Amino acid sequence: MSDNSLNNLPGGFKGMSHDMGSDQTAFKGVQWGKVMMWIFLLSDTFIFSCFLISYMKGRTSTVVDWPNTSEVFSLHVGGVPVPLLLIAIMTFVLITSSGTMALAVKYGYEKNRKMCGWLILATAIGGLTFVGMQVFEWSKLIHEGVRPWENPFGAKQFGSFFFMITGFHGTHVSIGVIFLFIYARKVFRGDFDNGKRGFFTTMKSDYVAIEILGLYWHFVDLVWVFIFAFFYLW
Amino acid sequence: MDEIQNKEQSTSTHKIGIYLWIWGLLFVLSFFSYMVDWFAFQGFLRWTLILIFMFLKAGLIMAFFMHLYWERYALVNILLWPMTAIAGFIILMAAEAKYTVFTRLLYFFIGG
Repeated sequence: MSDNSLNNLPGGFKGMSHDMGSDQTAFKGVQWGKVMMWIFLLSDTFIFSCFLISYMKGRTSTVVDWPNTSEVFSLHVGGVPVPLLLIAIMTFVLITSSGTMALAVKYGYEKNRKMCGWLILATAIGGLTFVGMQVFEWSKLIHEGVRPWENPFGAKQFGSFFFMITGFHGTHVSIGVIFLFIYARKVFRGDFDNGKRGFFTTMKSDYVAIEILGLYWHFVDLVWVFIFAFFYLW
Repeated sequence: MDEIQNKEQSTSTHKIGIYLWIWGLLFVLSFFSYMVDWFAFQGFLRWTLILIFMFLKAGLIMAFFMHLYWERYALVNILLWPMTAIAGFIILMAAEAKYTVFTRLLYFFIGG
């Protein structure tokens, strides 16, 4: 985030040309790990974009009707089908976990160890709930006969795009949950307060790691925003 | 403009209120996009509403939860400009999809 010395430099586009324009550190005030995470997320953006674009291309170019996602993903509550109910709950769960993560980053920088740890744990449990609901959704659809090569609802491409896109996103969430649990333990143990050296590195731990983890988690939420819009609602 | 004053402190955290506000807005926007399906809007109205709520949510998450609003332009621009390539790719593939469905209709149903 920001520190005092940066305020003496020009901002905006002028600041950008200043930062980039000579033999110096380009990303001022940004820890290297954070830049690396951003670059990784940028490449991940391209991967998910390729999936969603190929899905849209497949959906537009098929001459068979696309399955009505509103009905395919409906749940029966008391005998009444509620459209997209599970997906809506999943969306709210993921946004909730994104909010707790944002607060965890804030409390991390304030060196509030307990709050940071509990909020990361809450985020991990939110992520776990999301993955659990996705498992339920997958098994329900598989039970109804949806396969990557066919399905009873419409265009055959539906299954392959569904499993590919939600599966890849679910993998990201699962990996995130694993890291959240690891980092919750590290926070509670006080690694970031006493600068304990990590398992894979000789460098001292710092609360900036929580922000980097947060970037990954918010990205997972961000991708879900696009999947929700283009795959489920469109 | 609380944030400008915040920048001058070396503690570099933001007030909790801004996170709670963004959190609440994300809930409201998600609720709205779910309502698009609930009321079964169709056609141009449906797509427009979906895209508006999607971009608002994505923008809020990136700007405030991922702190891009407070980052220097050197980082922001290195992240956002490559994404314009995606827009170009979307345009290319939209044209390609139109052509594919045209040829399919032509050969499957009319018979060339």
